[in-house]
Amino acid sequence: MSATTPGELTTPGLGGGLRDLRQSGFLLKLLVRKELKVRYRGSVLGLLWSYVKPGVQFIVFYVALGVFLGLERSPRNPEGLSNYAVYLFSGIVLINFFSEALGNAARSIVNNGNLIKKIYLPRELFPVASVWVSGVHFFPQLVVLVAGCLIAGWHPDVFQLLAAVAGFVIVGLLATGLGLLFGAANVYFRDSENLVDMLLMVATWASPVMYAWTMVQEKLGAAAFAVYQANPVTIGVELFHYAFWFPTTDGSAAVPPNLFSLWTPVGLGVALLVLVLGQLTFRRLEGRFAQEL
Amino acid sequence: MVNAIEVSDISKQFVLRHTRSIKEAVVWLAKGRKGDLSEKFHALKNVSVEVKTGETVALLGLNGSGKSTLLKHISGVMLPDSGTVRTRGRVAGLIEVGAGFHPDLSGRDNVFLNGAILGMTEQQVNDRFDDIVEFSEIGQFIDTEVKFYSSGMYLRLAFSVAVHTDPEVFLIDEILAVGDEPFQRKCISKIQELAQNGKTLVVVSHDLDLVSRICARGILLEHGVVKFDGSIHDAVALLRS
Repeated sequence: MSATTPGELTTPGLGGGLRDLRQSGFLLKLLVRKELKVRYRGSVLGLLWSYVKPGVQFIVFYVALGVFLGLERSPRNPEGLSNYAVYLFSGIVLINFFSEALGNAARSIVNNGNLIKKIYLPRELFPVASVWVSGVHFFPQLVVLVAGCLIAGWHPDVFQLLAAVAGFVIVGLLATGLGLLFGAANVYFRDSENLVDMLLMVATWASPVMYAWTMVQEKLGAAAFAVYQANPVTIGVELFHYAFWFPTTDGSAAVPPNLFSLWTPVGLGVALLVLVLGQLTFRRLEGRFAQEL
Repeated sequence: MVNAIEVSDISKQFVLRHTRSIKEAVVWLAKGRKGDLSEKFHALKNVSVEVKTGETVALLGLNGSGKSTLLKHISGVMLPDSGTVRTRGRVAGLIEVGAGFHPDLSGRDNVFLNGAILGMTEQQVNDRFDDIVEFSEIGQFIDTEVKFYSSGMYLRLAFSVAVHTDPEVFLIDEILAVGDEPFQRKCISKIQELAQNGKTLVVVSHDLDLVSRICARGILLEHGVVKFDGSIHDAVALLRS
Protein backbone atom coordinates (compact mmCIF):
# COMPACT_ATOMS: atom_id res chain seq x y z
CA MET A 1 0.00 0.00 0.00
CA SER A 2 1.31 3.42 -0.88
CA ALA A 3 1.28 6.30 1.52
CA THR A 4 -0.98 8.38 -0.67
CA THR A 5 -4.63 7.77 -0.24
CA PRO A 6 -7.07 8.19 -3.07
CA GLY A 7 -9.74 10.81 -3.06
CA GLU A 8 -10.40 13.99 -1.20
CA LEU A 9 -11.83 14.51 2.24
CA THR A 10 -15.57 14.12 2.07
CA THR A 11 -18.35 14.46 4.57
CA PRO A 12 -19.79 11.05 5.39
CA GLY A 13 -23.52 10.56 5.68
CA LEU A 14 -24.57 13.04 3.04
CA GLY A 15 -26.03 11.10 0.18
CA GLY A 16 -27.20 12.30 -3.18
CA GLY A 17 -30.72 10.98 -2.68
CA LEU A 18 -32.26 8.83 -5.36
CA ARG A 19 -29.29 9.58 -7.63
CA ASP A 20 -27.12 7.41 -5.38
CA LEU A 21 -29.14 4.39 -6.38
CA ARG A 22 -27.32 4.16 -9.68
CA GLN A 23 -24.11 3.33 -7.84
CA SER A 24 -25.95 0.94 -5.56
CA GLY A 25 -27.58 -1.08 -8.30
CA PHE A 26 -25.96 -4.27 -7.07
CA LEU A 27 -27.17 -3.77 -3.53
CA LEU A 28 -30.67 -2.87 -4.73
CA LYS A 29 -30.75 -6.08 -6.74
CA LEU A 30 -29.71 -8.13 -3.71
CA LEU A 31 -32.22 -6.43 -1.43
CA VAL A 32 -35.01 -7.15 -3.89
CA ARG A 33 -33.86 -10.74 -4.24
CA LYS A 34 -33.75 -11.09 -0.46
CA GLU A 35 -37.32 -9.84 -0.09
CA LEU A 36 -38.52 -12.19 -2.78
CA LYS A 37 -36.79 -15.16 -1.17
CA VAL A 38 -37.95 -14.31 2.30
CA ARG A 39 -41.55 -13.46 1.47
CA TYR A 40 -42.99 -16.95 1.21
CA ARG A 41 -40.38 -18.79 3.27
CA GLY A 42 -41.62 -21.89 4.94
CA SER A 43 -44.96 -21.92 3.12
CA VAL A 44 -46.13 -24.86 1.06
CA LEU A 45 -47.77 -22.86 -1.70
CA GLY A 46 -44.82 -20.47 -1.93
CA LEU A 47 -45.07 -18.13 -4.89
CA LEU A 48 -48.51 -19.56 -5.69
CA TRP A 49 -49.82 -17.25 -2.97
CA SER A 50 -49.21 -14.40 -5.39
CA TYR A 51 -51.88 -15.99 -7.58
CA VAL A 52 -54.20 -17.34 -4.92
CA LYS A 53 -54.70 -14.11 -2.98
CA PRO A 54 -55.72 -11.87 -5.89
CA GLY A 55 -57.74 -14.76 -7.29
CA VAL A 56 -59.86 -15.08 -4.17
CA GLN A 57 -60.12 -11.32 -3.83
CA PHE A 58 -61.36 -11.15 -7.40
CA ILE A 59 -63.98 -13.87 -6.90
CA VAL A 60 -65.33 -12.18 -3.78
CA PHE A 61 -65.64 -8.79 -5.44
CA TYR A 62 -67.02 -10.26 -8.62
CA VAL A 63 -69.77 -12.18 -6.86
CA ALA A 64 -70.64 -9.39 -4.46
CA LEU A 65 -70.50 -6.46 -6.84
CA GLY A 66 -70.94 -7.96 -10.27
CA VAL A 67 -73.66 -10.42 -9.46
CA PHE A 68 -75.38 -9.27 -6.27
CA LEU A 69 -75.12 -5.52 -6.82
CA GLY A 70 -75.72 -5.90 -10.55
CA LEU A 71 -72.69 -4.25 -12.13
CA GLU A 72 -72.21 -7.06 -14.63
CA ARG A 73 -74.16 -6.70 -17.85
CA SER A 74 -76.57 -9.55 -18.44
CA PRO A 75 -79.81 -10.02 -20.39
CA ARG A 76 -81.77 -8.97 -17.32
CA ASN A 77 -79.38 -6.09 -16.57
CA PRO A 78 -78.52 -4.25 -19.82
CA GLU A 79 -77.27 -1.21 -17.89
CA GLY A 80 -74.30 -3.08 -16.46
CA LEU A 81 -70.71 -3.15 -17.65
CA SER A 82 -69.89 -5.73 -20.26
CA ASN A 83 -67.04 -8.05 -19.31
CA TYR A 84 -67.23 -6.75 -15.76
CA ALA A 85 -64.81 -9.46 -14.64
CA VAL A 86 -62.05 -8.05 -16.83
CA TYR A 87 -62.97 -4.51 -15.84
CA LEU A 88 -62.76 -5.39 -12.18
CA PHE A 89 -59.57 -7.41 -12.33
CA SER A 90 -57.61 -4.91 -14.43
CA GLY A 91 -58.27 -2.30 -11.74
CA ILE A 92 -57.61 -4.66 -8.85
CA VAL A 93 -54.15 -5.67 -10.03
CA LEU A 94 -53.07 -2.06 -10.24
CA ILE A 95 -54.53 -1.19 -6.84
CA ASN A 96 -52.86 -4.28 -5.38
CA PHE A 97 -49.55 -3.13 -6.76
CA PHE A 98 -50.07 0.33 -5.30
CA SER A 99 -51.18 -0.98 -1.90
CA GLU A 100 -48.34 -3.41 -1.54
CA ALA A 101 -45.73 -0.94 -2.78
CA LEU A 102 -46.82 1.92 -0.55
CA GLY A 103 -47.63 -0.23 2.48
CA ASN A 104 -44.22 -1.91 2.45
CA ALA A 105 -42.30 1.23 1.52
CA ALA A 106 -43.88 3.10 4.44
CA ARG A 107 -42.66 0.40 6.83
CA SER A 108 -39.33 -0.25 5.14
CA ILE A 109 -37.23 2.25 7.09
CA VAL A 110 -38.46 1.13 10.50
CA ASN A 111 -38.22 -2.54 9.55
CA ASN A 112 -34.63 -2.09 8.44
CA GLY A 113 -33.84 0.05 11.46
CA ASN A 114 -31.18 -2.34 12.69
CA LEU A 115 -29.16 -1.83 9.58
CA ILE A 116 -29.79 1.89 9.22
CA LYS A 117 -28.63 2.48 12.78
CA LYS A 118 -25.31 0.80 12.21
CA ILE A 119 -24.12 1.14 8.66
CA TYR A 120 -24.38 4.09 6.35
CA LEU A 121 -25.93 3.35 3.00
CA PRO A 122 -28.31 5.32 0.82
CA ARG A 123 -31.51 4.85 2.80
CA GLU A 124 -33.67 5.51 -0.23
CA LEU A 125 -32.73 1.97 -1.17
CA PHE A 126 -35.29 0.49 1.20
CA PRO A 127 -38.49 2.19 -0.03
CA VAL A 128 -37.35 1.81 -3.63
CA ALA A 129 -36.60 -1.88 -3.09
CA SER A 130 -40.11 -2.31 -1.62
CA VAL A 131 -41.71 -0.77 -4.69
CA TRP A 132 -39.52 -2.92 -6.89
CA VAL A 133 -40.53 -6.10 -5.06
CA SER A 134 -44.18 -5.16 -5.49
CA GLY A 135 -43.50 -4.72 -9.18
CA VAL A 136 -42.20 -8.28 -9.30
CA HIS A 137 -45.28 -9.54 -7.45
CA PHE A 138 -47.44 -7.58 -9.86
CA PHE A 139 -46.14 -9.68 -12.72
CA PRO A 140 -47.97 -12.97 -11.99
CA GLN A 141 -51.20 -11.02 -11.57
CA LEU A 142 -50.58 -9.37 -14.92
CA VAL A 143 -50.16 -12.80 -16.48
CA VAL A 144 -53.53 -13.90 -15.07
CA LEU A 145 -55.10 -10.66 -16.28
CA VAL A 146 -53.76 -11.08 -19.80
CA ALA A 147 -54.95 -14.69 -19.87
CA GLY A 148 -58.44 -13.53 -18.83
CA CYS A 149 -58.37 -10.77 -21.43
CA LEU A 150 -57.39 -13.18 -24.18
CA ILE A 151 -60.27 -15.46 -23.28
CA ALA A 152 -62.58 -12.43 -23.50
CA GLY A 153 -61.29 -11.64 -26.97
CA TRP A 154 -58.60 -9.08 -26.25
CA HIS A 155 -56.90 -7.54 -29.28
CA PRO A 156 -55.10 -4.37 -28.19
CA ASP A 157 -53.27 -1.96 -30.44
CA VAL A 158 -49.89 -0.46 -29.64
CA PHE A 159 -51.42 2.70 -28.21
CA GLN A 160 -53.47 0.70 -25.74
CA LEU A 161 -50.39 -1.22 -24.60
CA LEU A 162 -48.56 2.07 -24.13
CA ALA A 163 -51.49 3.26 -22.02
CA ALA A 164 -50.92 0.28 -19.69
CA VAL A 165 -47.24 1.14 -19.38
CA ALA A 166 -48.12 4.77 -18.65
CA GLY A 167 -50.62 3.71 -15.98
CA PHE A 168 -48.07 1.46 -14.32
CA VAL A 169 -45.35 4.13 -14.38
CA ILE A 170 -47.65 6.79 -12.90
CA VAL A 171 -48.75 4.53 -10.05
CA GLY A 172 -45.18 3.29 -9.47
CA LEU A 173 -43.82 6.84 -9.22
CA LEU A 174 -46.61 7.86 -6.90
CA ALA A 175 -46.02 4.86 -4.64
CA THR A 176 -42.28 5.63 -4.52
CA GLY A 177 -42.89 9.27 -3.65
CA LEU A 178 -45.46 8.55 -0.98
CA GLY A 179 -43.33 5.65 0.27
CA LEU A 180 -40.36 7.97 0.81
CA LEU A 181 -42.58 10.50 2.54
CA PHE A 182 -44.41 8.13 4.87
CA GLY A 183 -41.41 5.87 5.35
CA ALA A 184 -39.36 8.78 6.68
CA ALA A 185 -42.24 10.13 8.77
CA ASN A 186 -42.80 6.68 10.24
CA VAL A 187 -39.43 6.87 12.00
CA TYR A 188 -40.68 9.80 14.07
CA PHE A 189 -44.37 9.03 14.29
CA ARG A 190 -45.56 5.46 14.00
CA ASP A 191 -48.95 6.97 13.24
CA SER A 192 -47.64 7.19 9.73
CA GLU A 193 -48.08 3.52 8.89
CA ASN A 194 -51.63 3.54 10.24
CA LEU A 195 -52.36 6.60 8.17
CA VAL A 196 -51.06 4.75 5.13
CA ASP A 197 -53.32 1.77 5.84
CA MET A 198 -56.25 4.12 5.97
CA LEU A 199 -55.21 5.89 2.78
CA LEU A 200 -54.91 2.58 0.98
CA MET A 201 -58.40 1.57 2.01
CA VAL A 202 -59.67 4.90 0.68
CA ALA A 203 -57.60 4.57 -2.50
CA THR A 204 -59.33 1.33 -3.45
CA TRP A 205 -62.70 3.07 -3.44
CA ALA A 206 -61.60 6.52 -4.58
CA SER A 207 -60.75 5.12 -8.00
CA PRO A 208 -63.13 3.48 -10.46
CA VAL A 209 -61.98 -0.05 -9.65
CA MET A 210 -65.30 -1.57 -8.62
CA TYR A 211 -67.64 0.84 -10.36
CA ALA A 212 -67.62 2.88 -13.57
CA TRP A 213 -66.33 6.44 -13.71
CA THR A 214 -69.61 7.50 -15.35
CA MET A 215 -71.43 6.86 -12.06
CA VAL A 216 -69.12 9.35 -10.35
CA GLN A 217 -69.62 11.94 -13.03
CA GLU A 218 -73.42 11.67 -12.66
CA LYS A 219 -73.31 12.31 -8.92
CA LEU A 220 -70.55 14.89 -8.76
CA GLY A 221 -70.49 18.23 -10.55
CA ALA A 222 -67.87 19.04 -13.16
CA ALA A 223 -65.54 20.68 -10.62
CA ALA A 224 -65.71 17.85 -8.12
CA PHE A 225 -65.26 15.32 -10.90
CA ALA A 226 -62.11 17.13 -12.01
CA VAL A 227 -60.73 16.72 -8.50
CA TYR A 228 -61.66 13.05 -8.58
CA GLN A 229 -59.91 12.71 -11.92
CA ALA A 230 -56.71 14.42 -10.81
CA ASN A 231 -55.88 11.48 -8.53
CA PRO A 232 -52.98 9.67 -10.25
CA VAL A 233 -54.31 6.31 -9.09
CA THR A 234 -57.65 7.04 -10.79
CA ILE A 235 -55.83 7.94 -13.99
CA GLY A 236 -53.72 4.79 -13.73
CA VAL A 237 -56.80 2.63 -13.28
CA GLU A 238 -58.56 4.30 -16.21
CA LEU A 239 -55.50 3.76 -18.38
CA PHE A 240 -55.51 0.09 -17.39
CA HIS A 241 -59.19 -0.15 -18.25
CA TYR A 242 -58.44 1.42 -21.60
CA ALA A 243 -55.63 -1.06 -22.22
CA PHE A 244 -57.12 -4.30 -20.94
CA TRP A 245 -60.86 -3.97 -20.69
CA PHE A 246 -61.79 -1.62 -23.55
CA PRO A 247 -60.34 -3.85 -26.32
CA THR A 248 -62.47 -6.77 -25.08
CA THR A 249 -65.72 -4.82 -25.46
CA ASP A 250 -67.60 -3.79 -28.56
CA GLY A 251 -66.04 -0.33 -28.22
CA SER A 252 -69.24 1.44 -27.25
CA ALA A 253 -68.10 2.11 -23.68
CA ALA A 254 -67.15 5.69 -22.98
CA VAL A 255 -63.53 6.58 -22.28
CA PRO A 256 -63.16 9.39 -19.70
CA PRO A 257 -62.99 12.74 -21.55
CA ASN A 258 -59.49 14.11 -22.19
CA LEU A 259 -57.90 11.01 -20.68
CA PHE A 260 -54.82 11.21 -22.91
CA SER A 261 -54.61 14.88 -23.79
CA LEU A 262 -55.08 16.16 -20.24
CA TRP A 263 -55.35 13.59 -17.50
CA THR A 264 -52.41 11.35 -18.34
CA PRO A 265 -49.93 14.28 -18.28
CA VAL A 266 -51.64 15.56 -15.12
CA GLY A 267 -51.28 12.16 -13.45
CA LEU A 268 -47.64 11.95 -14.43
CA GLY A 269 -47.09 15.51 -13.21
CA VAL A 270 -48.76 14.91 -9.85
CA ALA A 271 -46.83 11.65 -9.37
CA LEU A 272 -43.53 13.37 -10.17
CA LEU A 273 -44.37 16.25 -7.85
CA VAL A 274 -45.11 13.80 -5.04
CA LEU A 275 -41.84 12.03 -5.78
CA VAL A 276 -39.89 15.29 -5.52
CA LEU A 277 -41.70 16.24 -2.30
CA GLY A 278 -41.13 12.76 -0.88
CA GLN A 279 -37.45 12.91 -1.70
CA LEU A 280 -37.04 16.38 -0.18
CA THR A 281 -38.84 15.35 3.01
CA PHE A 282 -36.84 12.15 3.19
CA ARG A 283 -33.55 14.03 2.91
CA ARG A 284 -34.58 16.50 5.59
CA LEU A 285 -35.52 13.74 7.99
CA GLU A 286 -32.89 11.08 7.28
CA GLY A 287 -30.12 12.85 9.19
CA ARG A 288 -31.73 11.83 12.48
CA PHE A 289 -32.87 8.32 11.50
CA ALA A 290 -30.06 6.60 13.38
CA GLN A 291 -30.87 8.17 16.73
CA GLU A 292 -34.65 8.01 16.44
CA LEU A 293 -35.04 4.40 15.39
CA MET B 1 0.98 11.78 6.02
CA VAL B 2 -2.46 13.16 5.22
CA ASN B 3 -5.46 13.02 7.46
CA ALA B 4 -7.83 10.15 6.92
CA ILE B 5 -10.38 11.44 9.38
CA GLU B 6 -10.97 15.02 10.46
CA VAL B 7 -13.49 15.56 13.20
CA SER B 8 -13.67 19.21 14.06
CA ASP B 9 -15.58 20.55 17.00
CA ILE B 10 -18.62 18.32 16.76
CA SER B 11 -21.42 18.26 19.30
CA LYS B 12 -24.34 15.93 19.47
CA GLN B 13 -27.39 16.12 21.69
CA PHE B 14 -29.75 13.28 22.31
CA VAL B 15 -33.31 13.57 23.48
CA LEU B 16 -33.74 11.41 26.55
CA ARG B 17 -37.48 11.04 26.68
CA HIS B 18 -39.70 10.86 23.70
CA THR B 19 -43.17 12.03 24.37
CA ARG B 20 -45.22 11.90 21.28
CA SER B 21 -48.66 10.69 22.11
CA ILE B 22 -51.51 13.12 22.62
CA LYS B 23 -52.34 11.41 25.90
CA GLU B 24 -48.96 12.16 27.43
CA ALA B 25 -49.03 15.72 26.15
CA VAL B 26 -52.46 16.27 27.73
CA VAL B 27 -51.31 14.78 31.04
CA TRP B 28 -48.29 17.06 30.94
CA LEU B 29 -50.52 20.12 30.35
CA ALA B 30 -52.96 19.03 33.06
CA LYS B 31 -50.14 18.72 35.56
CA GLY B 32 -49.28 22.35 35.03
CA ARG B 33 -46.45 21.76 32.56
CA LYS B 34 -44.15 20.39 35.21
CA GLY B 35 -40.77 19.54 33.81
CA ASP B 36 -39.73 19.42 30.22
CA LEU B 37 -41.47 17.16 27.78
CA SER B 38 -38.12 16.22 26.38
CA GLU B 39 -34.84 16.21 28.19
CA LYS B 40 -31.61 16.51 26.30
CA PHE B 41 -28.09 15.52 27.07
CA HIS B 42 -24.81 15.92 25.26
CA ALA B 43 -23.49 12.67 23.87
CA LEU B 44 -20.58 14.53 22.34
CA LYS B 45 -19.41 17.99 23.25
CA ASN B 46 -16.93 19.93 21.14
CA VAL B 47 -14.99 16.87 20.11
CA SER B 48 -12.10 17.38 17.72
CA VAL B 49 -10.01 14.47 16.53
CA GLU B 50 -7.65 14.12 13.62
CA VAL B 51 -6.50 10.72 12.50
CA LYS B 52 -3.72 10.35 9.96
CA THR B 53 -3.73 7.72 7.26
CA GLY B 54 -2.35 4.47 8.59
CA GLU B 55 -2.83 5.32 12.24
CA THR B 56 -4.33 2.82 14.63
CA VAL B 57 -6.51 4.53 17.17
CA ALA B 58 -8.44 3.14 20.10
CA LEU B 59 -11.42 5.02 21.51
CA LEU B 60 -11.54 4.33 25.21
CA GLY B 61 -13.92 5.25 27.94
CA LEU B 62 -16.54 3.92 30.27
CA ASN B 63 -20.02 3.00 29.13
CA GLY B 64 -21.91 6.00 27.87
CA SER B 65 -18.84 8.11 27.29
CA GLY B 66 -19.68 8.62 23.61
CA LYS B 67 -17.26 6.21 21.94
CA SER B 68 -19.81 4.46 19.77
CA THR B 69 -21.54 7.73 18.99
CA LEU B 70 -18.26 9.16 17.74
CA LEU B 71 -17.74 6.08 15.62
CA LYS B 72 -21.20 6.47 14.13
CA HIS B 73 -20.39 10.03 13.20
CA ILE B 74 -17.25 8.92 11.43
CA SER B 75 -19.16 6.28 9.49
CA GLY B 76 -21.87 8.76 8.50
CA VAL B 77 -24.70 6.96 10.24
CA MET B 78 -25.23 10.01 12.41
CA LEU B 79 -24.80 13.64 11.53
CA PRO B 80 -23.48 16.10 14.11
CA ASP B 81 -25.61 18.96 15.45
CA SER B 82 -22.67 21.29 14.95
CA GLY B 83 -19.15 20.93 13.66
CA THR B 84 -17.96 18.86 10.73
CA VAL B 85 -16.74 15.36 10.08
CA ARG B 86 -14.71 14.58 7.02
CA THR B 87 -13.16 11.34 5.88
CA ARG B 88 -10.94 10.29 3.03
CA GLY B 89 -11.54 7.16 1.03
CA ARG B 90 -14.00 4.42 1.71
CA VAL B 91 -15.00 3.91 5.32
CA ALA B 92 -16.37 0.55 6.39
CA GLY B 93 -17.29 -0.57 9.79
CA LEU B 94 -17.71 -3.67 11.79
CA ILE B 95 -20.18 -1.75 13.88
CA GLU B 96 -22.03 -4.81 14.98
CA VAL B 97 -21.50 -8.37 13.97
CA GLY B 98 -24.01 -9.51 11.46
CA ALA B 99 -25.95 -6.27 11.08
CA GLY B 100 -27.51 -6.84 7.71
CA PHE B 101 -27.42 -10.61 7.96
CA HIS B 102 -30.78 -12.13 7.28
CA PRO B 103 -31.45 -15.33 9.24
CA ASP B 104 -33.53 -16.94 6.49
CA LEU B 105 -30.92 -16.58 3.80
CA SER B 106 -28.07 -19.00 3.25
CA GLY B 107 -24.51 -18.12 4.19
CA ARG B 108 -23.74 -17.61 0.52
CA ASP B 109 -26.58 -15.14 0.00
CA ASN B 110 -25.62 -13.31 3.15
CA VAL B 111 -22.02 -12.95 2.02
CA PHE B 112 -23.25 -11.22 -1.12
CA LEU B 113 -25.83 -9.10 0.67
CA ASN B 114 -23.50 -8.08 3.48
CA GLY B 115 -20.65 -7.44 1.07
CA ALA B 116 -22.87 -5.14 -0.94
CA ILE B 117 -24.11 -3.39 2.19
CA LEU B 118 -20.51 -2.75 3.20
CA GLY B 119 -19.89 -1.21 -0.21
CA MET B 120 -18.39 -3.98 -2.32
CA THR B 121 -19.20 -4.30 -6.01
CA GLU B 122 -20.51 -7.48 -7.58
CA GLN B 123 -17.10 -8.14 -9.12
CA GLN B 124 -15.32 -7.72 -5.78
CA VAL B 125 -17.63 -10.11 -3.97
CA ASN B 126 -17.26 -12.70 -6.71
CA ASP B 127 -13.47 -12.38 -6.67
CA ARG B 128 -13.15 -12.60 -2.91
CA PHE B 129 -15.91 -15.09 -2.23
CA ASP B 130 -13.59 -18.08 -1.86
CA ASP B 131 -11.24 -16.15 0.42
CA ILE B 132 -14.16 -15.05 2.57
CA VAL B 133 -15.44 -18.59 2.98
CA GLU B 134 -11.98 -19.96 3.63
CA PHE B 135 -11.18 -17.35 6.25
CA SER B 136 -14.49 -17.93 8.01
CA GLU B 137 -13.88 -21.71 8.20
CA ILE B 138 -17.56 -22.23 7.45
CA GLY B 139 -16.82 -24.78 4.76
CA GLN B 140 -19.75 -26.94 3.77
CA PHE B 141 -22.27 -24.93 5.79
CA ILE B 142 -22.06 -22.00 3.41
CA ASP B 143 -25.33 -23.03 1.75
CA THR B 144 -27.16 -23.50 5.05
CA GLU B 145 -29.45 -20.76 6.30
CA VAL B 146 -27.61 -18.70 8.86
CA LYS B 147 -30.35 -19.11 11.46
CA PHE B 148 -29.03 -22.63 11.92
CA TYR B 149 -25.47 -21.39 12.50
CA SER B 150 -23.94 -21.40 15.93
CA SER B 151 -23.18 -17.92 17.23
CA GLY B 152 -19.50 -18.55 16.59
CA MET B 153 -20.07 -19.48 12.96
CA TYR B 154 -22.29 -16.46 12.51
CA LEU B 155 -19.60 -14.21 13.90
CA ARG B 156 -16.84 -15.77 11.85
CA LEU B 157 -18.70 -15.31 8.60
CA ALA B 158 -19.68 -11.73 9.41
CA PHE B 159 -16.15 -10.82 10.42
CA SER B 160 -14.75 -12.51 7.37
CA VAL B 161 -16.97 -10.49 5.02
CA ALA B 162 -16.06 -7.28 6.79
CA VAL B 163 -12.29 -7.74 6.65
CA HIS B 164 -12.48 -8.56 2.98
CA THR B 165 -14.24 -5.31 2.05
CA ASP B 166 -10.86 -3.60 1.80
CA PRO B 167 -11.80 -0.07 2.89
CA GLU B 168 -9.29 2.71 3.50
CA VAL B 169 -10.68 3.39 6.95
CA PHE B 170 -11.80 0.53 9.12
CA LEU B 171 -14.07 1.10 12.11
CA ILE B 172 -14.39 -1.69 14.65
CA ASP B 173 -16.87 -1.53 17.50
CA GLU B 174 -16.60 -4.08 20.27
CA ILE B 175 -16.65 -7.22 18.25
CA LEU B 176 -13.34 -8.76 19.11
CA ALA B 177 -14.56 -10.28 22.33
CA VAL B 178 -16.52 -13.03 20.62
CA GLY B 179 -15.45 -16.24 18.97
CA ASP B 180 -13.19 -18.96 20.28
CA GLU B 181 -9.54 -18.40 21.14
CA PRO B 182 -7.96 -19.57 17.86
CA PHE B 183 -10.34 -17.57 15.74
CA GLN B 184 -9.88 -14.52 17.90
CA ARG B 185 -6.14 -14.78 17.38
CA LYS B 186 -6.73 -15.08 13.66
CA CYS B 187 -8.92 -11.97 13.68
CA ILE B 188 -6.37 -9.99 15.59
CA SER B 189 -3.54 -10.99 13.31
CA LYS B 190 -5.73 -10.08 10.33
CA ILE B 191 -6.40 -6.68 11.85
CA GLN B 192 -2.72 -6.19 12.54
CA GLU B 193 -2.02 -7.13 8.95
CA LEU B 194 -4.47 -4.47 7.79
CA ALA B 195 -2.72 -1.94 9.98
CA GLN B 196 0.66 -2.87 8.53
CA ASN B 197 -0.75 -2.43 5.05
CA GLY B 198 -1.38 1.20 5.86
CA LYS B 199 -5.07 1.01 6.64
CA THR B 200 -6.48 3.41 9.15
CA LEU B 201 -8.08 1.67 12.11
CA VAL B 202 -10.42 3.08 14.71
CA VAL B 203 -11.27 0.56 17.40
CA VAL B 204 -13.76 0.74 20.24
CA SER B 205 -13.26 -1.90 22.88
CA HIS B 206 -13.34 -2.46 26.60
CA ASP B 207 -10.67 -5.10 26.31
CA LEU B 208 -7.75 -2.88 27.24
CA ASP B 209 -5.04 -5.50 26.82
CA LEU B 210 -6.27 -6.25 23.35
CA VAL B 211 -6.41 -2.66 22.16
CA SER B 212 -2.94 -1.99 23.54
CA ARG B 213 -1.68 -4.73 21.27
CA ILE B 214 -3.46 -3.49 18.16
CA CYS B 215 -3.43 0.28 18.52
CA ALA B 216 -0.68 2.81 18.89
CA ARG B 217 -2.79 5.76 19.90
CA GLY B 218 -5.52 6.02 22.48
CA ILE B 219 -8.24 8.62 22.84
CA LEU B 220 -10.00 8.67 26.17
CA LEU B 221 -13.55 10.00 26.21
CA GLU B 222 -15.50 10.95 29.28
CA HIS B 223 -19.10 12.16 29.14
CA GLY B 224 -18.71 13.14 25.53
CA VAL B 225 -15.51 15.12 25.98
CA VAL B 226 -12.00 14.15 24.95
CA LYS B 227 -10.05 13.70 28.21
CA PHE B 228 -6.81 12.44 26.83
CA ASP B 229 -5.25 11.89 23.43
CA GLY B 230 -1.86 10.26 23.22
CA SER B 231 -0.05 6.96 23.32
CA ILE B 232 -2.19 3.93 23.99
CA HIS B 233 -0.26 2.95 27.12
CA ASP B 234 -0.79 6.30 28.77
CA ALA B 235 -4.47 6.24 27.82
CA VAL B 236 -4.97 2.76 29.23
CA ALA B 237 -3.06 3.67 32.40
CA LEU B 238 -5.22 6.74 32.84
CA LEU B 239 -8.44 4.81 32.35
CA ARG B 240 -7.33 2.16 34.83
CA SER B 241 -6.35 4.64 37.49
